[in-house]
Amino acid sequence: MLGNGVVGISRRVLGALVIGFALSGTALAQQPLKIGFGMSLTGPLAGNGKAALISMQIWAEDVNAKGGLLGRKVELVYYDDQTNPATVPSLYSKLLDVDKVDLVVSGYGTAVIAPAMPLMMQRNMAFMGLFGLNVNSKFKYDRYFQIMPAGPDPAVDWTRGYFEAAMALNPKPGTVALVGADAEYPHLALEGARVHVKRLGLKVVYDKTYPPNTVDYSPIVRAIQATNPDLVYLASYPPDSAGMVRAANEVGLKTRMFGGGLVGPQFAALKTQLGPLLNGVINYEAYAPDINRKFPFLDQFLAKYQGRAVKEGVDPLGFYLPPYAYAMMQVLEQAIKATGGLDQAKLADYMHAYEFDTYVGKVRFARNGEWSVPRMLTVQYHGIGGNDLEQWTKPGHVTVLYPNEYKTGAVKAPYHENKK
Amino acid sequence: MEISTALLLNAIIAGLLLGGFYAAMSVGISISFGMLDVVNIAHPAFIILGSYIAYIVNDRFGFDPIVVSVVVSPLFFLLGMVLYRIYYVCFERRGQESLRGLAFFFGILFITEVALVLIFGVDYRMVSTRYGDVTWRAGAVDFPMRLAVPFLVSMTMVIGVQVFLTRTFFGRAVLAVAQDQLALRLMGVDPVRVKELAFALSIATAGVAGAFLIVIQPVQPAIGREFIGLVFAVCVLGGMGSILGTLLGAFVLGLAESFTSTFFGPSWAPAVSFGLLLATLAFRPSGLLGR
Repeated sequence: MLGNGVVGISRRVLGALVIGFALSGTALAQQPLKIGFGMSLTGPLAGNGKAALISMQIWAEDVNAKGGLLGRKVELVYYDDQTNPATVPSLYSKLLDVDKVDLVVSGYGTAVIAPAMPLMMQRNMAFMGLFGLNVNSKFKYDRYFQIMPAGPDPAVDWTRGYFEAAMALNPKPGTVALVGADAEYPHLALEGARVHVKRLGLKVVYDKTYPPNTVDYSPIVRAIQATNPDLVYLASYPPDSAGMVRAANEVGLKTRMFGGGLVGPQFAALKTQLGPLLNGVINYEAYAPDINRKFPFLDQFLAKYQGRAVKEGVDPLGFYLPPYAYAMMQVLEQAIKATGGLDQAKLADYMHAYEFDTYVGKVRFARNGEWSVPRMLTVQYHGIGGNDLEQWTKPGHVTVLYPNEYKTGAVKAPYHENKK
Repeated sequence: MEISTALLLNAIIAGLLLGGFYAAMSVGISISFGMLDVVNIAHPAFIILGSYIAYIVNDRFGFDPIVVSVVVSPLFFLLGMVLYRIYYVCFERRGQESLRGLAFFFGILFITEVALVLIFGVDYRMVSTRYGDVTWRAGAVDFPMRLAVPFLVSMTMVIGVQVFLTRTFFGRAVLAVAQDQLALRLMGVDPVRVKELAFALSIATAGVAGAFLIVIQPVQPAIGREFIGLVFAVCVLGGMGSILGTLLGAFVLGLAESFTSTFFGPSWAPAVSFGLLLATLAFRPSGLLGR
């Protein structure tokens, strides 16, 4: 009797447990798959951050419309990092410990990716970065990946196009001025530029940084002009990009090439605000309408993004950061589907081993998590006639100088004679 | 680096033009903080508000941003009156103005920023003016109109404020408030009313300075925070409550920044500027023209 009773109870308990597990399994399946990140929604880089956020939200909507990931709806959990690196560690701690997110990705830019790295390494998280330059050079973290097409040696590859174009000038340049903001990205870009300067045997006649909140840049440009450099390489963030370009025009900077690493002119806001002042400036871009045929994958993204961006009041072009923000999420999506779970080690291993098909084309990562082949374009702006946005959507205003497979022309020098 | 005459002259001109702009941003703080003892940490937020009003009118109707700022300055004046009245009723009258008043202005700063983000978004905004990209050259010396026009209007405004405060009955009443409120009350003048109008004047100058800012550089809602230290530094360097001192302090910091950027390296500019401030306070604690 006792034995039967025990068996009877055991059967009931077992039945309850089975039902309980089934219910909890259903409940787990109904729990959203949380992806956490910080994003610059206020502060100097907020315009870029908000455009990236919209792309990521479009991705989440697309995935959820197809039934989600691993049978779970995707939920983005994000906070405003205020473009302030100091907020980043606590923000990611909250995401992991309080919000219990399943995955994390980075916010926009080098300055907010680097402070998240120690925590990511401590927790062994696979970590996708959104446009951070050479962040992993010091950390050497094997679960870090970067969606920006800077190449396996980011700082050096980042500035290669500018110096390759410069060395194609006849006669070859002999002197260079290096200038940038006192911030993470400009410092790393200038480090890369110094490698090329040394390799090419150029003489550095000016090598200085400035505070990011400088109001008047004309004394800096005059000091550069006083050294009479053949080349001026500038690494800057949006407000100082505008300030330096305007100061170069006001002072009448005479040099053969000016620009290189300006963040800002990739977005509609500075393109339209600076307009003709950008003529002759060398810069980097992720896309140019002149080589549209080589970017067939981008149209699908722009069709989803541009209408939404206009409504939300952010970068209506979407040529630069937004498609890469979407592609970053596509990489994660494909890795999760392929590994069938959220095991961080398996995700990282898969991302190292396989190629991904995204809205920015085929993406394959090098051992350090950077793109295995660089694809950032070095361009020269020209023929910009006014401040309207329309002209930037058509070919004829952006000459691609590098890489050679995308090249549409040679650099027009000197800078001061290309102001039309 | 070889120091040429042209480089030297341009550094002086650039420093003076920059100083003129700094004076416009700081004159309001000199009134509110220096004279009225109101720690209006939200002053830069009103500067940014002025920038956005100038931007929206310029963008929609093409009017010159500085003209717009002068036209709408009475609205800023009214805003200042309302703000001071709230501050007075909630904090000053209760003797809680020190810490809670500071928190109040911090709150105003953040609310203004968030409101601007919600209305205008987070992108950088610039205005288009006929003189924005024009540089007038006198020999080897450049006068970029982007800085020269705000400089001229700023000088008019700052000297106008100085004349108003020293030559009119009301202006003297403001100076009296700064010195002895009780004596003023005994003479039949309401110090609260005087402070209200003086604070309103300080906010009106912030609105005009905002137009200067957006003529000079692109603006986004949170950019005002970068100027909090600067405006208080100019005010303290010049001497608390001295408008001419504020003007002098602004020129000193503008010239220091320009010379450091030109001859030594721009990254040293903040250290040199604030080093000058510390040195001045060490040898003359009341500031350059403070009493």
